Amino acid sequence: MTDISLPQSQLSRPWISAAAVIVAAGLYSWALLMAEETWQVLSLLVLAVVATGVAIKTGFVRRVERDWAASETRLNRLAFAVLIGLILVLSGSHFALLMISTVLLYFVASLGLNIQFGFTGLVNFAGAAFFGAGAYTAAVLGNVAEIPPLLILLAGGIVAMAISLPLLIPIVRTTGHYAAVVTIAFGVLFRTFLEVNEILGGPQGLMVNSMKLFGWDFFNAPSLGNLEISFYVNYALLAAGLAALVFVLFRRLERSWIGLHMDAVRLDETAAACFGISVKRTKILAFLLGNVILGVSGALYGMMISFIAPASFTFSDSLLLVSIVLLGGLGSPWGGAIAAAIVVLLPEKLQLLQEYRFLLFSILVMLVLLFRPEGILPRHLRNFFPNRRTDA
Amino acid sequence: MTGPLLEFRNVVKRFGGVTALDDFSMTLDQSEILGLIGPNGSGKTTSFNVLTGIYGPTGGQVFFEGQEITGADPRAVYEAGIVRTFQRSRLCLPLSIYDNIMIGDTSRLVRGLWSNLISRRGLQEQLDMTRRQARDLVATFSGHLADRMDQPVGTLPMIERRRIEICRALISGPRLLLLDEPSAGMTHDETHQLMDDILDVRARGEGLSIIIVEHEMGVIERITDRCIVLSYGRKIAEGTYAEVAADSEVQNAYLGAD
Ligand SMILES: Nc1ncnc2c1ncn2[C@@H]1O[C@H](COP(=O)(O)OP(=O)(O)OP(=O)(O)O)[C@@H](O)[C@H]1O
Ligand SMILES: [Mg+2]
Repeated sequence: MTDISLPQSQLSRPWISAAAVIVAAGLYSWALLMAEETWQVLSLLVLAVVATGVAIKTGFVRRVERDWAASETRLNRLAFAVLIGLILVLSGSHFALLMISTVLLYFVASLGLNIQFGFTGLVNFAGAAFFGAGAYTAAVLGNVAEIPPLLILLAGGIVAMAISLPLLIPIVRTTGHYAAVVTIAFGVLFRTFLEVNEILGGPQGLMVNSMKLFGWDFFNAPSLGNLEISFYVNYALLAAGLAALVFVLFRRLERSWIGLHMDAVRLDETAAACFGISVKRTKILAFLLGNVILGVSGALYGMMISFIAPASFTFSDSLLLVSIVLLGGLGSPWGGAIAAAIVVLLPEKLQLLQEYRFLLFSILVMLVLLFRPEGILPRHLRNFFPNRRTDA
Repeated sequence: MTGPLLEFRNVVKRFGGVTALDDFSMTLDQSEILGLIGPNGSGKTTSFNVLTGIYGPTGGQVFFEGQEITGADPRAVYEAGIVRTFQRSRLCLPLSIYDNIMIGDTSRLVRGLWSNLISRRGLQEQLDMTRRQARDLVATFSGHLADRMDQPVGTLPMIERRRIEICRALISGPRLLLLDEPSAGMTHDETHQLMDDILDVRARGEGLSIIIVEHEMGVIERITDRCIVLSYGRKIAEGTYAEVAADSEVQNAYLGAD
């Protein structure tokens, strides 16, 4: 974790450089999503790398971090507004919106994993299984007209949590790698179960009904005069809302006693127990809460892509989720957002890489772990009082 | 309350073939400061580990305030009012000074998901209060760090970490404090300053009892009411510092081990 408690910025508007970064990131995302030729994408990537390098060398990154610590709420709102703006600007493009929504849902999933892994130190190599459990729940319950679809999202979370209950035994009873290995086995088991289960469509998978909200079917494209609008705009906006909600909860969790307990348990179980912290309770809470979030994001993902199969929720996909958390930085939500964008967009934008995407990510993860072991955007010290300048 | 605050009754702890505590009995009175001394490997740390529930004893019983706590888990021991520091400092290095000290006092605070995540008014008040306490403690033990409470503990030198560990142990207002070589690595003056600070905090509360493991005999002589000497897990002497220091078996144990 990086210490950012430097002398307070003397600027009259201490958020301005961070605000500039947010707007620049919005423009950059737009450019990247619109870029079609390989050379365009490659130049944008080079630009990002160079800009990041310059920002680090000139100390601009530190300044942005300081701004962020001082005006967090305002900057978070600006980031959300820029995201909504981006979605609206791109509302004519199926593909761009699908990409944005996918990044957002992977980001949400990574927050769930981050509560387990980043905060509490529980490695979960079955993330895709819980994500998939949410999606399959949406497929099955979506056929029952009486259930309000928002409730289906929640049900996705609850089912994901419920199937994870047996894993609590190794997670609570053992420390270290044993539990991690059990989650791998669980992920494989889950996929095999889907493949042989005829009710759940076997290897061919299932159709998923679309989301409906207050009588509005997300399969319909909203019409605004004669503008061409993609129906994915519905999903992108809902995914943005979900991401914002989970992000806020994640932050509040971090800045609560529970978040402090999670850190204490990750860093030294024995010492934590000697100060009255229930290691068991903390681990159970982290694991279940994380899986609920994975399940909810998976349910919305299933509705959005409207067709799911066991092959979408494999061990490799679990690794992808873990690599988002590692690349972004353990416990770092913004790092996770950037990493989710990299992991989702890179192979889509560079078609020639499609086939090698797992190779690419392995190399990327290794490079980051070698040169920046705390991730792209390392987690900061816990700031219990964002926006409060002085400590009385 | 009458009777001792703490009692070990014939406690045995074996690790495979090693008998770390051998039929160890002792008592500690209300508000007493007890020195636990002995050569390396004599079982001092093990007695803390057995008392705080990190290890279950192989045999014997432990009582605290008249209640049997033999084999109780570390949380229950903490809740009874027993806290400790560790010989090899065990702080959360990436976390701030604030966070580390606050970890010592979270168990009585709001616990539910609802009050931690949704309605956070009570939480904010507790945070403010706990942070103030943490800061006051640091101001006592390490004045210059009181303005740097947001610094990660991992950036501090070892002796500061030991002080932070003591703050973490004290913040919950315990009944019994176990100190395992708190002054390791400190100079003579620093060590005595640390002891003054501990006694200072103790004087503010109501009769904190302390068991201290310490190799610096000047400290033991100065602050303890009574001493127990361990050798190969057995109690070989007990009495005031002057008494045990004069004991020939104690002198042999130290000479034999060193
Ligand atoms: N977890 C353990 N596993 C195996 N043996 C142990 C364990 N903990 C302690 N021992 C052994 O028990 C004996 C007593 O160790 P202990 O740490 O209690 O000594 P100590 O008096 O604290 O010594 P020191 O002054 O070196 O800290 C030693 O022989 C040690 O090797
Ligand atoms: Mg010891």
